[in-house]
Amino acid sequence: MAIATESEFHVLAVDDSIIDRKLIEMLLKTSSYQVTTVDSGSKALQFLGFHEDEESNKNQPSVSPINHREVQVNLIITDYCMPGMTGYDLLKKIKESSYLRDIPVVIMSSENVPSRINRCLEEGAEEFFLKPVSLSDVNKLKPHMMKAKAKDDQEPTKQGPEGSETPETQSVQPQQTPAQSGNKRKAMEEGISQERTRPRYSGLTVI
Amino acid sequence: MDGIVELQRQLVEYTTSLYDEGFLDDQFIQLQQLQDESNPDFVVEVVSLFFEDSQRLLNELANSLEQQSLDFRRVDAHVHQLKGSSSSIGAQRVQGACIMFRNYCEVQNVEGCLKCLQHVKNEYSLVKSKLETLFKLEQQVLAAGGTIPMP
Repeated sequence: MAIATESEFHVLAVDDSIIDRKLIEMLLKTSSYQVTTVDSGSKALQFLGFHEDEESNKNQPSVSPINHREVQVNLIITDYCMPGMTGYDLLKKIKESSYLRDIPVVIMSSENVPSRINRCLEEGAEEFFLKPVSLSDVNKLKPHMMKAKAKDDQEPTKQGPEGSETPETQSVQPQQTPAQSGNKRKAMEEGISQERTRPRYSGLTVI
Repeated sequence: MDGIVELQRQLVEYTTSLYDEGFLDDQFIQLQQLQDESNPDFVVEVVSLFFEDSQRLLNELANSLEQQSLDFRRVDAHVHQLKGSSSSIGAQRVQGACIMFRNYCEVQNVEGCLKCLQHVKNEYSLVKSKLETLFKLEQQVLAAGGTIPMP
């Protein structure tokens, strides 16, 4: 069951470096995720069916089907430092979009700059990974996708306790602090059993 | 059979020396671990991309540093990319040389930048030839009918 569920998850990876695209693609495929890679933030938005015009005209009645997400993407993992649109810019566009903001976003960066990390987390990024990204980092993605999926499934009827952490329902608990949500997230991760997709990874010795 | 064992021993010894001398770090082991039956050439593919990308960046850097009015931000952007890709394949010494290079970019020291470019070029050439030798040894083991010992 776990494997079937995992392969349903589709991750969009954004990185301007072809080497890092190749690497993240392999890491995600090893974890049995469906992967699409693109080399820029604008191509990512294009893939997601985001159009600036439609965003600004969203109050007008639209006959275009593009406002619906045609491609199911369960998570976006993006590099921070890219020419043109940065990973932070991309994150903001996604979180400002009414029909994309539920997709979890994870930022990767080769630089450990606390202010940058905080800025991304405050803007709604789920995680911030330091490059090079490892398999143990990729293992942290699943709870975010499960959470988003669970929320998606339950949306019209009931709100699970997990749902209270998302921006849409934050008004229910306006006093929630980032520290609390961090603990909650950790607790969630612990609650979900980690599949060991590659058992040979453990117990390896450095030669 | 003895031939295979001997070749495998050479391969392990050579690989170990690359880590001991700091040419490669754990990230390269991660690349090897990601390689499997469905992607048997993954490491060679990624490393080939690294070679192409590094060569392009080194050329760009040499050009940028020749300009009359030096654009340090542009130089730094190239070094940043090279630092990233070398860290992604575990080419530790190239990465280290890039870190030093970026310090000279920050203080806009032309002499330092030129010296660092030479240093980065040297480290890149070294790791390139080391990796090529490593891949050749692997090919010999495979050609003899042996398997590559996993790290």
